[in-house]
Amino acid sequence: MKYLAYLFIGTFFGIVMYKSEAASWFRIYEMFRFGSFHMYGIIGSALVLGIIGVQIIKRKNVKPITGEPMQLHAKNKSVPRYLFGGILFGLGWALAGACPGPMFVLAGAGYLTILWVILGALIGTFLYGILRNRLPH
Amino acid sequence: MDWIYAPWPWYVAGPLIALTMFALLLIGKQFGMSSNLRTCCAAVGGDKIADFFNFNWKKDRWNLMVAVGAIVGGYLAANYMSTNTVAINPSIATELSQKYQISGAGTAYLPSELFANERFFEWKSVVTLLLGGVLIGFGARYAGGCTSGHAISGLSNLQLPSLLAVIGFFIGGMTMVYFLFPLIF
Repeated sequence: MKYLAYLFIGTFFGIVMYKSEAASWFRIYEMFRFGSFHMYGIIGSALVLGIIGVQIIKRKNVKPITGEPMQLHAKNKSVPRYLFGGILFGLGWALAGACPGPMFVLAGAGYLTILWVILGALIGTFLYGILRNRLPH
Repeated sequence: MDWIYAPWPWYVAGPLIALTMFALLLIGKQFGMSSNLRTCCAAVGGDKIADFFNFNWKKDRWNLMVAVGAIVGGYLAANYMSTNTVAINPSIATELSQKYQISGAGTAYLPSELFANERFFEWKSVVTLLLGGVLIGFGARYAGGCTSGHAISGLSNLQLPSLLAVIGFFIGGMTMVYFLFPLIF
């Protein structure tokens, strides 16, 4: 039953990503070239509502209906991992024109070549796991 | 019926993304679309090679279900709810076609020069997309999250590290389109 809920939320999210064109390579290029407000509007409006909602959750001490603890973890304080990791991620995001959510959305939409991006992302995750102890964090 | 096929504006999409995050929070999970990649690596036995994959991945199977849902959502949206064309700023579209011979903005959802199914085994597409994927996967785990985990989840929770990561996303993305695209395309 719970797995159906995850499936449903994922499906909803996938439709939003595709219909908002956030899964389009063209929109990502346009965003990094500052050619339109569209992507900034999507992220910005999600963020404004996100900040308000998270504040409500914290102040009213809202608990998940499943009885589990609320998963709002503080990120570890550090600079290099976020900056270097972020830069590498940004290079890939602009090149492939898709981030991890839209990769799966595009696979479902029938763009088979996106499977190379997904395979690459799995390889990249794996490489990080191997090299993690040698990287500055 | 046109409204079904028309793209959704930002002020519809943004709030629906926030809704996705809250739906997950309210069933005890944190919104993040790249953690499923780590779950996959662990599920195929990555723990034998690196400690990073030595965790109870079965507890994280939920993020695989979200990813499967995203695939289903992409299928439904592309086949029943879309004309599969994306119109961007005309001057950016002209720039793409004149500078890089990447056409299709306005008539396709993705550039066929990179993504057409016929190019599945063409080396330039394969190398470009694989490299992009490796950077995405490596960068997301190094930074501890991607667009959803940092730009939406982390910033919503006013996390300074997430702001650093998002600044990194833009340094990387702008370096790619301003300095590396002229060399690659």
